Amino acid sequence: MTRTAIRAAGVVVLVVVMAVLPFLNLQVPGVLPSPTYQPGALSLLALCMVFAALALSYNLLLGTAGLLSFGHALAFGAGAYGLGIVLEHTGLSLWSALLVTLVGAFVLAQVTGAISLRVNGIPFAMVTLAFAQAGSVLVRRNPGETTGGEEGLGLATDQVPDWMIGVSNTRNLYWIALAMLILVFLVVVWIDRSRVGHVAAATRENELRVRVLGLQPYAAKLIVFTVAGVLASLCGAVYLLLQSGAVPRVVSADFTITVLVMVVLGGVGSRWGVVVGGVLYTLLNQRLATLAHSDTVESLPAVLRVPLSEPMFLLGTLFILVVMFFPGGIAGAARSVASRSSAREERQRDQARLAESAA
Amino acid sequence: MSTVVLLAITGLGLGALYFLVASGLSLIYGLMHVLNFAHGSFLTLGAFLGWMVADRIDATSWLGFAVSMLVGAAIGALVAALTELLLIRPLYERHIEQVLVTVGLSLATVALFEGIWGSDPRFIRGPAWLDETTGIAGARIPNDRFVVIAVAAAALIAILLFLRHTRYGMIIRAGVENRAMVTALGIDVRKSFTLVFTLGGAAAGLGGVLASHYFGYVSPSLGGSLLIFAFIVTVIGGLGSLTGAAVASVLVALLQQFANYYLSGTGDFVIVLALAAVLLVRPTGLMGARA
Amino acid sequence: MSTTPTNGSEPVLVVEHLAAEIDGQQVVEDVSLTVPSRGITAVLGRNGVGKTSTLRGILGLIRRTGSVTLAGERIEKLPTYKIVQRGVGYVPEDREVFAKLTVAENLRLAERTSAPRRELVDALFPDLVARRDQMAGTLSGGQQQMLSLGRALINENVLLVVDEPTKGLAPRIVNEVADALIEAAKTVPILLVEQNLEVVRRLAGDVVVIESGRVVHTGDAVALLDDDDLTTRLLGVHADTDSDTDTTTEVAR
Repeated sequence: MTRTAIRAAGVVVLVVVMAVLPFLNLQVPGVLPSPTYQPGALSLLALCMVFAALALSYNLLLGTAGLLSFGHALAFGAGAYGLGIVLEHTGLSLWSALLVTLVGAFVLAQVTGAISLRVNGIPFAMVTLAFAQAGSVLVRRNPGETTGGEEGLGLATDQVPDWMIGVSNTRNLYWIALAMLILVFLVVVWIDRSRVGHVAAATRENELRVRVLGLQPYAAKLIVFTVAGVLASLCGAVYLLLQSGAVPRVVSADFTITVLVMVVLGGVGSRWGVVVGGVLYTLLNQRLATLAHSDTVESLPAVLRVPLSEPMFLLGTLFILVVMFFPGGIAGAARSVASRSSAREERQRDQARLAESAA
Repeated sequence: MSTVVLLAITGLGLGALYFLVASGLSLIYGLMHVLNFAHGSFLTLGAFLGWMVADRIDATSWLGFAVSMLVGAAIGALVAALTELLLIRPLYERHIEQVLVTVGLSLATVALFEGIWGSDPRFIRGPAWLDETTGIAGARIPNDRFVVIAVAAAALIAILLFLRHTRYGMIIRAGVENRAMVTALGIDVRKSFTLVFTLGGAAAGLGGVLASHYFGYVSPSLGGSLLIFAFIVTVIGGLGSLTGAAVASVLVALLQQFANYYLSGTGDFVIVLALAAVLLVRPTGLMGARA
Repeated sequence: MSTTPTNGSEPVLVVEHLAAEIDGQQVVEDVSLTVPSRGITAVLGRNGVGKTSTLRGILGLIRRTGSVTLAGERIEKLPTYKIVQRGVGYVPEDREVFAKLTVAENLRLAERTSAPRRELVDALFPDLVARRDQMAGTLSGGQQQMLSLGRALINENVLLVVDEPTKGLAPRIVNEVADALIEAAKTVPILLVEQNLEVVRRLAGDVVVIESGRVVHTGDAVALLDDDDLTTRLLGVHADTDSDTDTTTEVAR
């Protein structure tokens, strides 16, 4: 079997395992709060998949096009709040409402992208941050009682099919999250392999050379930015269904930074890496919060207790360490381990051959 | 009329705070092409430690107030210098990684501050005169506005004098224009990196103490909320331009105040619109030489 | 390297197998050259062959490999500012004066010792004296070139590295710049990139011709320029015509 075939088989097995998980009684103590067939574990896993998909969409910006955006939360929030508001104020069915939301997300990404891509690099980061900030302020201000302000927005369930509502139907939402993750993954692969993806990637390396070749870096970047935005909005919409609501935090700059942390932890530019990063971050965030309130930590002296009881302190520090010492993230570390072990295997094979020929 | 005067002077005060944050951001970006997300943390730490020291001495005395400003500036400078030496310098020239490290530092420090001081605002006191008002053209202006404006103006003048009349100031100005050529004249430009971080940190720390009086409280999120507006200011003013930062600080703050009052609280959006407009018409900002 | 110094003393600069890249693109493949301790050594070649990049590689302004020996000491691992501190004056392509600094500030910034040669620079470029407090960005192209040369000459150097000093200048100014370089060359060896072959004929002792990032010819300047066939083959121009100014897309910065 070729490498690609092995890989494809691995992917199929993984997807099948994920799909049948709600029927299995797997327990992972310390990671999952319940056996896998119960809602607790399923909703956590679904959340992991939403964030993994969101990290994938962000990787399209940073990994493919080299765009450091601090406004990705705006797209995610537009999906979550957009769907919530459409469902509450129109009689549209869930699917029509989702379509309306995604069209809105497309327009939003086009407009903000068209303006912010007028600058590059760090100024681009600042401008996207400013847009996201405006969105964040808008949501918190609660204009016309639409967003629910600081309280957040609850999901209006009238138009949502019954099989998606309630704790007993968590597994259905889990499958929706899984389907969405697969869809996002496929779209991202498609973009990465398309002509637009290649131009965006070439622009990341050397914009001047792309221009000299007569290609249009701006158009390619805008398309990538828009696709990433719409995908993030889709993640936001699923997040709304999963959490039965949205809170202002998902539109904040901090939230974008969380996504950035997932992508960097997983390894910028590696699709599998960022999926792992998204899942790991979500689990870690849950676990560290539990750790913060554990008796062990409570009993420590203040010098240790204060930092250990702040999950974001630990994650922030971990993030700094990864950036400084493991720039490839988890994917990079895995690659170097793999190449080292394959080098070792080769050495062993060489030695074996040497021993054979000597005998 | 009195409303306009009140809004204008309050806006100037807010602009003064923006400037104290944006001046450092702009110089750091101009010279090093680093976007410093941790700048808000320098401000917050300056505010907290300044307040603690003032409280020890006597928060309501002028001595306490003066010492708290000195402590805020010194702490901001120290932490900024350490940040440059330990986190930024090892990632020399890798701009995205440098930004990411400051993002991580900002996350970690804000969480740490919350762990130490709690996430709720702490209301603070200063010399009694600061809480009183002075009448100008029928408007009652809180006195702390004047102090904030005066200190920021003094800081602007001090930084300008430093940049104009010292050799290091000259190196920084030249480096903002063309860093490679500065090294090609035999100058170790990295020393000036530490220097702009230190200067920017001092201004931010000072800004933290003043902001705590302007708003009446300190909290772990104090720096972060000012930082975003300071980012907008630096882009509008033109990255790397100190005078641009000063002008844009005042414009942005005035615009924000007046829009908040006359356009029913839309100040933040008006600013983002202004940012979008500036980018469409002049992507390098009001006084920026290049993108 | 086959070139021998024109006099008996050690060469001031020996470059061996220099390779350099910009943004992952190889711009210098393999350059070896020697600069004798006296006179002007000119680097020639068509546009975009890597002349400027060779100079920038020697100075460490771009990533490079190979060995570079300045006055007997290896410098290829040093950062630019330390190389310059060892006594290298650099006059870059396009002058690169600091536009928002005054003439006086530009010169003062370049001073590396407590005894800068201000009188010498003032005497060479009287135009600049009257404009001391003018912003360098408002100077004419010729004046900016004088300032750029002045920045290099204000220190006592063991080597001057000068990149296309006559590019885009009026003929009268070209002569002034050439005169200044001849004057400077009396006290310090110069490594010069120059497109104007008349200027090369006036100034240069040795020449090094580069093509596609490699040295293809070394020898005496006048001998090369008198050989019309060789000049046409190596440089693509006749010795008596001016070459065009840079129009190719050499991604030099």
